[in-house]
Amino acid sequence: MQISEMTALEMGRSIKKREISVLEATKDCLERIRVMEPEINSFVTVDEEAALESAREIQKKIDDGSMTGPLAGVPAAVKDNICTEGLKTTCSSKILWNFVPTYSAEAVLNMKKNGAVILGKTNMDEFAMGSTTETSAFGATKNPWNTDHVPGGSSGGSCAAVAACETIYALGSDTGGSIRQPSSFCGVTGLKPTYGTVSRYGLIAYGSSLDQIGPIAKDVSDCAAVLEMIASHDAKDSTSILRTDLDFTSALVDDVKGLRIGIPKDYFGEGLDEEVKQGVLKVADVLRSKGAEVELFDLSLVEYAIPAYYVIASAEASSNLARFDGVKYGYRAEEYEGLHNMYKKSRSEGFGEEVKRRIMLGSFVLSSGYYDAYYLKALRTKALIKQSFDRAFAKYDVILAPASPTTAPGLEESLSDPLKMYLGDIYTISVNLAGLPGITVPCCRDLAGLPIGVQIIGDCFQEKKIIRAAYAYEQARGPWQAPDCRMKQDPENCPAKEQPGATTQKGVE
Amino acid sequence: MANIISDETIEYVGILAKLELSEEEKEQAKKDIGRMLDYIDKLNELDTSGVEPLSHVFPVNNVFREDVVTNTDTRLAILANAPAQKDGSFKVPKTVE
Repeated sequence: MQISEMTALEMGRSIKKREISVLEATKDCLERIRVMEPEINSFVTVDEEAALESAREIQKKIDDGSMTGPLAGVPAAVKDNICTEGLKTTCSSKILWNFVPTYSAEAVLNMKKNGAVILGKTNMDEFAMGSTTETSAFGATKNPWNTDHVPGGSSGGSCAAVAACETIYALGSDTGGSIRQPSSFCGVTGLKPTYGTVSRYGLIAYGSSLDQIGPIAKDVSDCAAVLEMIASHDAKDSTSILRTDLDFTSALVDDVKGLRIGIPKDYFGEGLDEEVKQGVLKVADVLRSKGAEVELFDLSLVEYAIPAYYVIASAEASSNLARFDGVKYGYRAEEYEGLHNMYKKSRSEGFGEEVKRRIMLGSFVLSSGYYDAYYLKALRTKALIKQSFDRAFAKYDVILAPASPTTAPGLEESLSDPLKMYLGDIYTISVNLAGLPGITVPCCRDLAGLPIGVQIIGDCFQEKKIIRAAYAYEQARGPWQAPDCRMKQDPENCPAKEQPGATTQKGVE
Repeated sequence: MANIISDETIEYVGILAKLELSEEEKEQAKKDIGRMLDYIDKLNELDTSGVEPLSHVFPVNNVFREDVVTNTDTRLAILANAPAQKDGSFKVPKTVE
């Protein structure tokens, strides 16, 4: 097996046993990036020098016994909306094209403390607004399973990089499904924690009441280990929650006997692809055969989650993105007349279409005369959605659902009709509105060979239950087959490399 | 489309959003917002009378701390990100005549 194909925990053990060095692991990932990037474009920035330098430093600390964590020395990637001190952080937007943070996000500091080698920053939909990673100012990311398809979004770069073995694990962020949906499309495992579990300090805000940072990795064990490392109570994030149950790896137990699983009937109606439906129902059968009690139920209010979400998220975005004004960082228009015109021109030229669409909608729903009718109405709907989950979790330990109604759409199929694209978030969005944890695990592939993921949702603070259910399923499913080009021992023979022409635009047009 | 967005509304929202849209973009924005509002109006089917707006899923309170400086001086690094700077400050167009 090639080094970069290891899971994070396997690699951590291998480094500890001196079977491989941190430098070897890092170089292998960097080589993989060199081979895959022309085709996949999952990174905005790769910092080779800093990665090699930190690999050497971490090796020293492992050797002298001062660094002992299970993931010490394992290379990782960070979504480009999470600040990294001294390393460009763009949100895949022209308006932040050259921004170099002066501090690191708390989650990144937690990674560094535990010996993560940061390879670079991954591509995303601009400001995390999108479901395809096509709205990036640095070109679309492609799905490693089939480069004619999108990787999903907005954490498409992180998910594609893990699937293509360019990184061992990655951080993503999830506001309406941005970890779980691309994980499903790319055949990787992604977890969105309970709101407040991972500090948002240093995460460039989109919808602050919904945003959470979470792990994306090759399997459930890695996700649990990475979450255990990045979760912390942080005084710098006033919504951070003090939890004493952060030992998530203790839930990696292959036992679901008596676990009560609910399947929302209203998730299996119109719009759900038949192959996805069958794939998810098979997971239910597997868990039932392992002793879980599986039952169908009515969640209700499902069709109200998307409109409520787009009001709330757009409103918060219009406020959060007011800080981008061409004064303190990033892009400033070249020609303008006076201060206000400078603001307007810098923003109009710096933001992409989808971001402007949401800022406009958000400004509208918050404006006087519409605030009650739209914004408060959406917050009231959110309360009702939360109540319907409360009722569900009184009866069930976890909820089993699809992550997305379809497998990955083709490139350029989604952006022409924004509303239709928004509807694809139906199974992920309500989880953010209710602040719940959710995990996506690959379960099978459709006839075209594209991965299908199953989503397991838990009540607030019940990450351990979803990790246990996901782990037990994963044990029954067996090893997940990797995308074709990953199977080649020699990266030089990777079929992806033989297709020229897809050179990616790294600069802003 | 049930929701018709007027030219005045788009002008006003543009001012709130601090965005300068071309005529073409304005027309598109009118259509986009109208279409989204038609969809969002679905929420009116729900009876939410007596339901408190839920801004936060957990009961949260203000978090207070002593006002003690803990970070180091990164003034120069912060300024290095500015599109224009002068004498250790952000440089902006003239704001008062």
